[in-house]
Formats: sequence, C-alpha cells, structure tokens
Amino acid sequence: MAGTLRAQYDIVIVGAGKAGVQTASSLRDEGFAGEILLVGDEASAPYDRPPLSKSFLTGQGSLDDITLHGEGFYESRRIALRTGTGAVGLDRGAGNLVLGDGQAIGYGRLVLATGARARLLPLFGREFGRVVSLRTAADAIVLRKTLPASGRVVVIGGGFIGLEVAAVAARTYGSEVVVVEALPRLMSRSALPASASGALRNLESLGVRVLTGTAIAAVHSGDHRDADGVTTADGDFIPADLIVSGVGAIPNTELAEDAGLPVANGVLVDETLRTADPRVWAIGDCAAFPGAGFPSAGFPSAGGAGRVRPESLQNATDQGRHVARALATGAAEPYRALPWFWSDQGDLRFQSVGLTAGHDRTAVLGDPASGSFSVLAFREGRLLGGDSVNAASDHRALRRLLAAERGRWEAAVTPEACAAPGFALGDLARGLAEPRAAVPRSV
Amino acid sequence: MAWVTYQHSDGTSDKVDVPVGTSVMRAALANNVPGIVGECGGELMCATCHVYVLTPRGLGPGRSEDEDEMLDFAACPRRPESRLSCQIRMSDQFDGLIVETPEAQN
Repeated sequence: MAGTLRAQYDIVIVGAGKAGVQTASSLRDEGFAGEILLVGDEASAPYDRPPLSKSFLTGQGSLDDITLHGEGFYESRRIALRTGTGAVGLDRGAGNLVLGDGQAIGYGRLVLATGARARLLPLFGREFGRVVSLRTAADAIVLRKTLPASGRVVVIGGGFIGLEVAAVAARTYGSEVVVVEALPRLMSRSALPASASGALRNLESLGVRVLTGTAIAAVHSGDHRDADGVTTADGDFIPADLIVSGVGAIPNTELAEDAGLPVANGVLVDETLRTADPRVWAIGDCAAFPGAGFPSAGFPSAGGAGRVRPESLQNATDQGRHVARALATGAAEPYRALPWFWSDQGDLRFQSVGLTAGHDRTAVLGDPASGSFSVLAFREGRLLGGDSVNAASDHRALRRLLAAERGRWEAAVTPEACAAPGFALGDLARGLAEPRAAVPRSV
Repeated sequence: MAWVTYQHSDGTSDKVDVPVGTSVMRAALANNVPGIVGECGGELMCATCHVYVLTPRGLGPGRSEDEDEMLDFAACPRRPESRLSCQIRMSDQFDGLIVETPEAQN
C-alpha cells in the first residue's frame, strides 16, 4: 500500500499476519489513541492462512474470500498498513526499525509478529521445478494451479499441512498421492497416537499411500530442471509430477537475533509476551513463551517448564489481543489462553484442545473404528487436553471444561470415569453453563 | 446480489449488497461492518460472528447441530433467532435479510 510513512510511530508491528492485524485492531478496541504502523512483507492485503491448505486449495473462492478485512478497515481505525515491505534491521538503542525500502522508522514500542516460514529439506541442494511448499497465499496460488495437472503427487512430511494437501490432491484432483514421513507415525508433534491412526485410516480410504518411518534420501531430476521423483533411504524410487514439501516451519527470528535479543526456536518472551527488551514484544508463530503454569488451569505444564510455540490461528489471535491490552493499558498479565487447533483432511475433521505433550495416560471416547471418536490425555490423573476426530461435540465439551474452574469438573473427568458406562462429556460441559450449577458428581 | 441489513446495538445500521454465495459474516468483514468478528474464518471453531436474524423469521431453526452447539460459546445470550453468520450463505431468497449484531462477540 502506498502513502508516505511518518518518521515515528507510537507502536510499530512487524508482520501483517493474523497476530499482527489482531494486535493493531485490538489496540483500537482497547482505546489506544496513538499512531500505529503495521508492516508486512507479503504483497497481498492481510488474509486468513488456514484456508490455504483447505477450501482455497480445492479451488473454492479467490483471495478476496479469505482477506481478513475489506478496504477502509485500516483507514477507519487509523492503522497505517504497509504491505510488500519487510523489516531488515532493528536498532533497539535508537528505537529504529529499518524497512526493506531503506526507510528508518522510529518506534515507541515494537511488536514482532514475523511468523514462520516453510522449512526446506537440506537434501534439495538446489532449486528444482515441481517442488513446492505451502505457507503463503502466493504458494497456495501456485499449488492450486499445479495440482490439477499433477497425476502423481509425493508429499514429504506427515504433519497437518502435508496431510491436508494430500487429502485435497487425492479427493479433489484425483491424483495418486504418496505421503512419506520419516517418523514412525503421522502428526507425531501435535496429535495423540490414536488420532493419528484415525487420520491414517481416512487417508487410506481416499486412496493415499502412506509410508511412515521412511526418510527421503534424494530428490530426483531427470532433466536437471524439474524434479521427477524421490528416492527413499531404503533405495526405493517414487515417481512424481509434483513434490510437496511439508516438513514444518522455522520461526522468523533473524530480525530479533541480529538486534541481540535472545532467540531459541522462537524469540524468547516472558509469560506476559515481552522480550528481554522492555520496549519489544513478540507474538504468534515467531514467539516462544514459557509453558510453566500454562494453560491457566493450575496444573504444571506438560513437559515441565519448557517453552512452547504453538503455530495456530488461536494462538496468533489470542496473543495479539493479549499484547494489545498490555500496550494500551499497561497491564502485565500472564498469557494463559486455552490452546485449540483444527485440521481438515477430506471429510475428516481433527480438533484438539490443550497441550497434551507429557501425558502419561489416555482414554478413548467412542469407537475409533467408526471414524468418530476422541482421545483424552491425562497426566497424574489430571486432564491436559484431547483430540477429537469427527467428534465436534466432544471437542466443544472439552473446551468448555478446560476453560472452567477445575474444581467444578475435575473429579468427574478421570481415565476411570471415561471408561465407565454412561459417561457423557457433553452433559458435564452443559452442567457448567449455569454458573450456579452443582459440581458434577463423580460417575 | 442480495441486500443484507446489519442493525447494531447503538441504533445505527449498515446495508450491504452481497454477492450470492457469500456468507453474511464474510460480507460484513469485506465491507467494514462493525459488530461481527469472524475470528476462525468461518470454520465453526468459534462463535464470534453471532447474529440475531430479525427477517425472515424462522431462519434461526435452520442451524446445523454443529452450529447450534457452537452458539453456546457466544459472548451474548443466544435467542431462538440466533445464528452464526458464517453459516448463512446469501441467495436471492434471502434478499432483504435483516440481522441484529450483538453487543459483544468476545
């Protein structure tokens, strides 16, 4: 977006994804009256990222349909928006941010919402045609054009984005799809084993071939321009018209790191989301915050005091809102929003809530063979969270429980209680709807 | 195209000409209409696009079970005419739709 920028803004937000836009918007909701600049390196107006690997990829709609806000929104809220312009330098001593066009902008306070970028496999070595990753709208537009003519698709990586693309390729475009995952199971970072098995069955029902425990040794190119297949570590050659790399994301921390801020798989922030510099905050995919005492329910964090960096729409939105409140009001509250996430893989909807890493026990609700079930994860008998596979009611009930005071429901939701006949998660959650409702009894 | 009117709790309103097939939530965001947030992008993962359908009557009960349950998460009390506006796709038969936006979505 054109227009002359001021030399100085009260608040500068770097990154115009969901976290950055939410921060700017919420600052006005909180009554902040100062000058706000929002800069982002992507050319398009800020948009919703989740549909890129879901509805948008199936060919539905245009970029306009996933644009976060229409024309006039930023102007009416007095948010200076500069797209197509990254930040290339940060001088914290002078309080200056240097933009890609060379302009130095002074800031009163700075919010880093720089997001993450697709990780590239080191084995590519050089750029091949017909190897793509999916992170931005520009990536999705390329993929959407390429998929219909790609009869054979190899997806490297069995994480959420890879599996969403695999499902669309098989179901919408009728491609022969092979998913190659180096680890022994799918979605090992963010899903419980039983829900990963559910995802596997669903993909196989769509005709997708899934190879777990299989590393890629090389990308093969016949003509040295376009890739035409991959070779696995076992020496098998898998031909492909298109290779989709979905091997995770790397947080964009270079700006912070070059400015001397502590970085370790994310810009390090305290539980109020502030960096080591009291004038600089970091949020969303680029920020790693302490997991201790998180979420709010008062149990030790899964995995101890380690840092967490959930890459999700919920996290971006809630952290944007949180930091806006801190900036507008001076409140220094810890960030404790309940994490939730979803993934659509064909007709399968996966939904998760809470952080389940570090669980020592699980309980299954429903019959996984039916394709509709949930898995609850516990640690020392206490519920951490859970996954739901085509079981949206369970997911909503879990969100209500985990958002409520633990004393009101915890005794009724134990691994033993889940296994008892007549256990009804939905009824327990509905019982919390009325503030004066009796504490649910143990079943 | 079909007209939708958004009535707000402060007495003001916005009238928007919406392409057929576009959701009432998306039309609000595209046209800078206040009072509708649409945080999850229309994926039935939140309830921040809650509206009360004033006209036509009877659109409330057209909810799916998913939408119905999600409405329990709305910041303002649900009423029989409550809907998530991301789930109302405009068609010619809804021309003249009037929705009331609640006082809060978060």
